[in-house]
Amino acid sequence: MLYRENGQFKTSYAADQQIFPIFQERWAMALLLLVAFVVLPLVGSEYWFRAILIPFLILSLAALGLNILVGYCGQISLGTGAFMAVGAYAAYNFMVRIDGMPLIVAMLLGGLSATVIGVLFGIPSLRIKGLYLAVATLAAQFFTDWAFLRIGWFTNNSSSGSVSMARLDVFGLPIESPVTKYLFVLTVVCVFALMAKNLVRSAVGRQWMAIRDMDVAAAVIGIRPMYAKLSAFAVSSFIVGVAGVLWAFIHLGAWEPAAFSIDRSFQLLFMVIIGGLGSISGAFLGAAFIVLLPLALDQVPHLLGIPLSTATITHLVHMIFGALIVFFLIVEPHGLAKLWSVGKQKLRLWPFPH
Amino acid sequence: MNMTDMNSAAAATPSGRRQGEVILDLQNISLRFGGVKALTDISFNIREHEIRSIIGPNGAGKSSMLNVINGVYHPQEGRILYRGEERRRLEPYMAARQGIARTFQNIALFKGMSVLDNIMTGRNLKMKSNIFQQALYWGAAQQEEIAHREKVEEVIDFLEIQNVRKTPVGQLPYGLQKRVELGRALAAEPSLLLLDEPMAGMNVEEKQDMCRFILDVNDQFGTTIVLIEHDMGVVMDISDRVVVLDYGKKIGDGAPDEVRNNEDVISAYLGTSH
Repeated sequence: MLYRENGQFKTSYAADQQIFPIFQERWAMALLLLVAFVVLPLVGSEYWFRAILIPFLILSLAALGLNILVGYCGQISLGTGAFMAVGAYAAYNFMVRIDGMPLIVAMLLGGLSATVIGVLFGIPSLRIKGLYLAVATLAAQFFTDWAFLRIGWFTNNSSSGSVSMARLDVFGLPIESPVTKYLFVLTVVCVFALMAKNLVRSAVGRQWMAIRDMDVAAAVIGIRPMYAKLSAFAVSSFIVGVAGVLWAFIHLGAWEPAAFSIDRSFQLLFMVIIGGLGSISGAFLGAAFIVLLPLALDQVPHLLGIPLSTATITHLVHMIFGALIVFFLIVEPHGLAKLWSVGKQKLRLWPFPH
Repeated sequence: MNMTDMNSAAAATPSGRRQGEVILDLQNISLRFGGVKALTDISFNIREHEIRSIIGPNGAGKSSMLNVINGVYHPQEGRILYRGEERRRLEPYMAARQGIARTFQNIALFKGMSVLDNIMTGRNLKMKSNIFQQALYWGAAQQEEIAHREKVEEVIDFLEIQNVRKTPVGQLPYGLQKRVELGRALAAEPSLLLLDEPMAGMNVEEKQDMCRFILDVNDQFGTTIVLIEHDMGVVMDISDRVVVLDYGKKIGDGAPDEVRNNEDVISAYLGTSH
């Protein structure tokens, strides 16, 4: 009736290897996509799209990219903001320097540029691990902050240091209204999420996880640590770079290097940790937690009709938000995605304990 | 029986097991870590299809020996001949390519992954699809996943772990984890299998099961096995030949009965009166 797999027998390995092997899950996913693609554009207000849904989706994508590196391959990185910046500025340069450059091609080229820089800064991972690697990836952050601020060529010699992107279109369709922007971002995010899921359930994903869990054993069964680590850096920074392009072009419109500061790197790392390391849905849950929860908490006093000043509400939100982070990490150190899957396991057998 | 006899023509062992040519020949291996001599001038060989045990007290250099064979450590001196060819310095993943698989003394499973994924990882060398095909999960990538899953299910059947195939390995009891680790090594279809204390910390029943699996692997697939084990009963029962190390030196080599009666071996294990 509810969430059960009774009677759903799998007669082929293909059926057993589906992303959603249980048919209730497939329906839930279809429903979610229907709401996201059809219902929300019909009912959502401009504020929803601009201030909530678009940032949420783009940061989910960046967190997804980071999760491949940190969650699946076990290489801690604090350079996410830098890779987003490389994607954004590279795509900007492709757009302004090449006439008639289509947005999608520029976006992918921006992603590829981030890949190159990501692999370059991933090379230290062949020798150093853990926190030491995190510090080494900080170098990427400082380097890009400096480069985009000081080297005029990257910003097309903009006098203010700020660059902007106007008049975007895809296949002749202008991306201007919040709804079209939202739909464009949503499509990109869905495509990348599907491809990321495919990668982590295939051979390369298992190689990443093997390196994460026990690198000596991985090498002994024939996994080349160099290939596995650098491919994780490549895929991760590609996705992060594309997220950077979206963040700059679609969400901000006009931006300067400060948009991709170290704060952004930390924010994304927190999303991944709270959402769940080594889980695709974790990236979305983590982004939802960090982006949506403060906004939701903000509305609670209004909804309950409690008269509080705006300043008080802001302070309260910060305190409650902080407490919730601690609470969730204590309840489930493996993140919201793990909490979700434990819940599903329980539900499968409910009301029986075993 | 002397050493030259042992190294000559292929012969059936007392156990009646088939025994082929020398597959791996280690000559005068010395391994040092700074001033510490882990292995000193050790020579022995491994024949195809045999079960070759390495025994010795703690710290004798048994695990170091396995690490030399599969390329984790690189000896300063000595030659290694694999299938008659001198082997150059190689990395562990290259040894895996040559058909050498192993298990570890302390379980080295991928804790965050399910039993199925762990064993699937053992087949990674046989997967040829590229990262783009895998991203689309299309064509060769999907066919491979299914074809290798079939092979992995055979290993799962063989080791009788069907009921835990989707369980994360970290949740399994110790004995089963050891079994999964053997499965991961078997999934690579190795020609030479190195087992580092596969029965450490097991109870009698689990040991019996593990012995049965080792003998079956050897018998059904013809896999050559190098075994490190402390349980002398097991070693003497299932080995074809035994090499004994002590303080990084070889002190005995031969059939189980010979080794059992070797003076040096007895004194290494029981101590000598001075």
